[in-house]
Order: sequence, then structure tokens, then C-alpha cells
Amino acid sequence: MENINNTYRESIISEATTLRWEVGENFHDSLMESIYKNASEIAAHSVTQKNKQQNHTFDQKLDKIITSRMFGFPAMFIVLAVVFWVTIIGSNAPSAMLASVLIDKFHPWLKEIAAAISTPLWISGLLIDGAYLGMAWVVSVMLPPMAIFFPLFTLLEDFGYLPRVSFNMDSLFRKAGAHGKQALTMSMGFGCNVAGVIATRVIDSPRERLIAIITNNFALCNGRWPTQILIATIFIGGAVPGYLAGIASAGAVVGVALLGVVLSLVVSWGLSRTVLKGEASTFSLELPPYRPPRILRTLYTSLIDRTAIVLWRAVIFAVPAGLVIWLVSNITIEGISLAEYFINWSNPFGLLFGLNGVILLAYIIAIPANEIVIPTILMLTVLTLGMNSVGAGDGVMFELESVNATADIFKAGGWTLLTGINLMLFSLIHNPCSTTIYTIYKETRSLKWTTVSALLPVVMGFIITFFVAQIWRLI
Amino acid sequence: MSNSLIHNCETCPAHNVGNLTKLGINMDNFDFVVALAGNPNTGKSTVFNALTGLKQHTGNWPGKTVTRAEGGFLYNNKKFKLVDLPGTYSLLSTSTDEEVARNFVLFGQPDVTIIVVDSSRLERNLNLVLQVLEITNRAVLCLNLIDEAKRHSIIIDERKLSKDLGIPVVPTSARYDEGINELLKMIYEVATGAFVCKPYKIKTESKQVKNAVEKLKGKLLQAFPKLPNVNWVALRLLEGDQEIINAIRSGDLGSLEIKNFIPLLEEQT
Repeated sequence: MENINNTYRESIISEATTLRWEVGENFHDSLMESIYKNASEIAAHSVTQKNKQQNHTFDQKLDKIITSRMFGFPAMFIVLAVVFWVTIIGSNAPSAMLASVLIDKFHPWLKEIAAAISTPLWISGLLIDGAYLGMAWVVSVMLPPMAIFFPLFTLLEDFGYLPRVSFNMDSLFRKAGAHGKQALTMSMGFGCNVAGVIATRVIDSPRERLIAIITNNFALCNGRWPTQILIATIFIGGAVPGYLAGIASAGAVVGVALLGVVLSLVVSWGLSRTVLKGEASTFSLELPPYRPPRILRTLYTSLIDRTAIVLWRAVIFAVPAGLVIWLVSNITIEGISLAEYFINWSNPFGLLFGLNGVILLAYIIAIPANEIVIPTILMLTVLTLGMNSVGAGDGVMFELESVNATADIFKAGGWTLLTGINLMLFSLIHNPCSTTIYTIYKETRSLKWTTVSALLPVVMGFIITFFVAQIWRLI
Repeated sequence: MSNSLIHNCETCPAHNVGNLTKLGINMDNFDFVVALAGNPNTGKSTVFNALTGLKQHTGNWPGKTVTRAEGGFLYNNKKFKLVDLPGTYSLLSTSTDEEVARNFVLFGQPDVTIIVVDSSRLERNLNLVLQVLEITNRAVLCLNLIDEAKRHSIIIDERKLSKDLGIPVVPTSARYDEGINELLKMIYEVATGAFVCKPYKIKTESKQVKNAVEKLKGKLLQAFPKLPNVNWVALRLLEGDQEIINAIRSGDLGSLEIKNFIPLLEEQT
């Protein structure tokens, strides 16, 4: 019976093949043609347009500048720089305010309560010095920049700027052997690499889609923006005269973001010449009309949608990370904590790359979420220096009232301008967070490509920071 | 007399404002499934948010929605499940994101398909509309972004258009919540059968093509008696769509129903 069915089904297919010959080869084209013809007849019947030419002129004029060969890229840099500058300048004061409330006032208060109800020291240490402070730090450092950056970015998106960016970059990506739409998925990655990886579904060819997935990590995600902004403010802003500090640090962040774009092009080029060989496929991209952004609604949705969700994720990861940090720095073998063992052991390697043992350990603890790298680094630095007067004790993730105090910690920890620059570079070029890695696996269903996506950037990160460190020391 | 008065009140959009309950992601025991289809960047997600109260991320660029998003709403005591599909220019292509839309409209058998179009680019958008009308009999055309069309001095006679296409046509501006009540009313009428659509069919194929499609239809129905949209499947088979050929060869075509087809599709993506 099954066989008869099989034969019957095969006969349908062979009949279709015969019929296909009869109806002729350009049958698909003629079908499309008649659809277009029908559509235009129907439209002509019900649509009337007065003074045809005049109304698109604003869009066209703007597009002539924004997507022109001459001004397209400079305009893009300026727009990005302004967005970061506003973010950096605007988030300083609210960050300090949040820190003073959550950490300077709330933290001692919680400790007092814990002492008053005679909580065992290790419990109050674990919960208040570990989990609570981890969360408080993340909120005070990440909330202000996100609450400024995301709405600005969403306004640009709502206005219709992103497809123009993609249009500008299309030819670059195609020269790199990748799909032009990769510019769009990369833009999504600037928000969150998980979203960027999922967005690669718009790319039809599996080869180009894989390239887009592997290189998406080079788009700085919002977990890494605050790291970039803070380190740039301290080390780049600190290296130039005060009146230039804002512009220099904004420029440095733009520079790192652009380096990410360049790397994503270079890696795409490399992949498409070696393991993922093939021609770039063409596509048509429709430039949507500029639409006046709905400012209030955008503010609302970007605060609810992006800021709150990202912050929530950061908090969820910061709480267990706070616990882990407190534990590794309080479990001791012969008077030396686990954290110190690792840091002392890995410090020589770290220095080779212009980093240090603290940064390496922080990146291991922070694999689940890039958001908590900076708090972890700060806490570990204080720990190894034995600066117990600054924090409230070993394993405490703390905040300091101002960026200057944070800078003092870094400097006391032996940080130089090189450490700052290399941390910014390593933050751009290292493995994706665990959620992104899992998403890559879900999208590709391939252990091999997931491993490649995870290891390629971290290896590149070590190579690049190594060379930067060597060259820096030569000079 | 009094009867007709009451009837008029009930169908008046103003009366029905209070009848919409946005259910968010609560979609238990729905009465009807409604699909949102349309070209990229016509505001499908904005319409979706306006109807369900959800906050699907929207953005002014094509191809933002790549997977299906689902939500629910309650209107006139009927529960609707709304599925936001990725934008697509055509049902005849083969890319992954367009496939999601195509397969859902084809085999998901929604009770109503809302086709969202950009009013200022009607002619181009109609290509997809005509293709959707080939494969479903119950559809509502949502003339979205009507404010933009007006700004560009484009005037659309929606009654003529509705007559030509044989389905209800509702001008909306979903960004500003305009026309949503009228849209709801038409979705309701089409779902319940109060409005009977007579969708426009593409005047096309030569006699030769027609005969070929008829032949294949007969054979397909013999092998897969419950196959929805046999006309379209036959057409695609005639074109040599490899996916359809594979489904026939393996016999999977017979089990293409909403529940077991969609997970199969998601595994592939």
C-alpha cells in the first residue's frame, strides 16, 4: 500500500515536470507580469494624486546628503559622536546621585539593620556586600547612560536613519563578500547581540548568514557601552585638557565602535575568502520615507522595552556574580583567597597583553553578562591592594561617589593609559556573552560554528591587545 | 424600526470603542485566528500593538520582524488570536523570513488575514495583496499610513478599491490610533461571516497553464484529500518549487496543518 502511494506521489511530480515543458520556461515571469499589470489597473482605478512632483522633495534632499558618497560617512560619524557625547555628558550627574543614594546611604543602613537583628556575619556579607551591592552598582552605573542612549537611538531608528546607514555600508560589505543586509543586523547588534543574531534571518543565503552571525559580536552591545564610556571618560578624558575631555572621550568611544565595524568587515572578508567561500548575493533595500518621530511614545517604549529589560537582565546576573565574587574573595587557603591565587598566577599573562590578572578574572566571572565587568574589576582591584578602607571589606562591590574616585582606584592598582586602552579593545573583541552563544547555537544548530563564533573573537582580542602592548612599550 | 435603530448602534464604531479589550499575550480559548501580513515597513507591528496592547518593538526599517509574534484581543465577546508575520514582498520567493509568512497564510488557515499596505505606495503593495487573495478567501485590507499619503496629496477611494478587490478596505493611521475601531469592526464581520468576501482573482494564466493546474489539482487531491489551497500548491508545483516537491515525495504535504507544520518550520530555521 505504502509503495503504491509512493509511486502515485512520484507520478504527480513527473506529470508536473512534463507539464512544465508544455507551458514554457518563462511561465514564472509571465505570472509576475500579469500580477503587476492587474495591480496597476486596480491602483489606477482608485488612486488620484495631485501635484505629483512637489512633496517628496524634502526626503530627496535629505537623502542626497545622508546617502551621498561624499557626506554619507562623515554625517554618520557626526550623528554617532553627538549621540555619545550627549550620553557621556548627561549621565554623569544622575550616576553620582544614584550611587550616593543606593550605596552611600542604603548600604550602611542595611548593614546596621542586619547587625541590629544579629544576622551572622557571613550571611550579611554574602547578601548585602555581595548580592545587594552588585545590583546597586549595576543600577547606578548603567541606568543613566541607557536611559539617555536608548531613546536617542530609537528616535534615529523611528526617523528612518538605520536603512540609510545600511545603504551607505552596503558596497563595503559586498566587497567583503558578505550580504549588504549585514549592515542592518549589525545595527541591531549595537543594541544587543542576541537581537542581532536573530535578525540575521533576513539574510537568505546560509553562507552569508553565518558570516553575519559570527561577526555580529563586533557590534558593541549595550552591555559594553557603559564600560567603554566609563573607561574612556577616566583614561582618555583624563589624558587631555579638561575642556576637551568630553569630546575626546566621545571620540574614543566612536573610534572603538568604528573599529568594531572595520573588524567585522575584515573578518567577513577573511571568512568569505577561506572557509565560507562564495559570491555575494544581491538584494534590494527599500529606503523608507522619513517619518516624524513620535517623541513621547518613543521615550516611553524605549524606556520600557529596552532600558528596563536590559537593566533587569544586568541585575539578574549581577546578583549571583556578587555572590561569587564575595565567595572567591572570602574562601581562603592558608590565608590567601581563591581570587588572589588566580590573580597572582595570571598577572604575568595579563601584563603581556597590556591588561592584568584582575581583568582576566573579571572577564571569566562576567561571561554571563558583559554588564558586570567594571564592578567586578573594581572590587577585585581593591581586594588585591588590600585597600580595605575604601570598600567595606573583602569581596565588596562598591561604588565611589565620583568618577575621580574610581580613577584613583584604577591608578592605585597600577593602571596606565595603556591598560585603559587595552581594556576598551578587549571589551570590544572578546567572546560573546553566554546568552548570545546560546542564541547562536539555537540559530545555527551547529556546535562547530558556535565554537568558532565564541573563540574567534577572544583569540583575536588577545592578539590585538598583545601587539598594541608591545608597540606601546617600544614607543 | 426600533430594531434597526439598535442594530445601527451596535455596528457604529463609536458604540464599539468600549468593546475592545486588549489581552496582551493571553490567548487561551480563542474563537478566531487573525494573521497580519503585508510588505516590509508598512506598520504591521504598529497595528499589532494597537490591537493587542503589547509593546512589540517597532522601527522605521524593513525587515524588523523576523519571527512570528502573537497576541490576543477581545472584541464583541469574541476572543481573537493575532499573529504578526514578517513583512514580505511576495509569496513566490524562498527566503527564510518570507517563508514564515507564506507558510502561515497558506497552511495556518487563519480565519481572517489583515493585509497591511502603505497607502502612499499602493500600487506596489497591491502585488502582494493579489497574491494573498489567491490563497485566502477572508481578508481585510488595512490602508495604513493614510496620513502620509494625505501629506503627499494622494487620495484613495477606498469604496472603489473595496469593490474591485472584493474585501473590506479600512484606512488607518495606526501610529496615531486612527481607524483602529473601524478595522476591528471589519475583522469581526469577516470572521463571523457577516461580510462575505469575493476576493479578486488574478486574471492571468493562459489556457495552457489553466489546464495544467487543473490536471495537477486533480492528482494532488487524490493523494492529499484534505490539502488546503490546492490551487496554489499546484501552481508552485508547476513552477518547480523544490520545497513543495520534497513535501510531496515524502508525503508530508498531507499533514500540513497549523499545529504540526509550524514547529517543523521553526526547526529548519
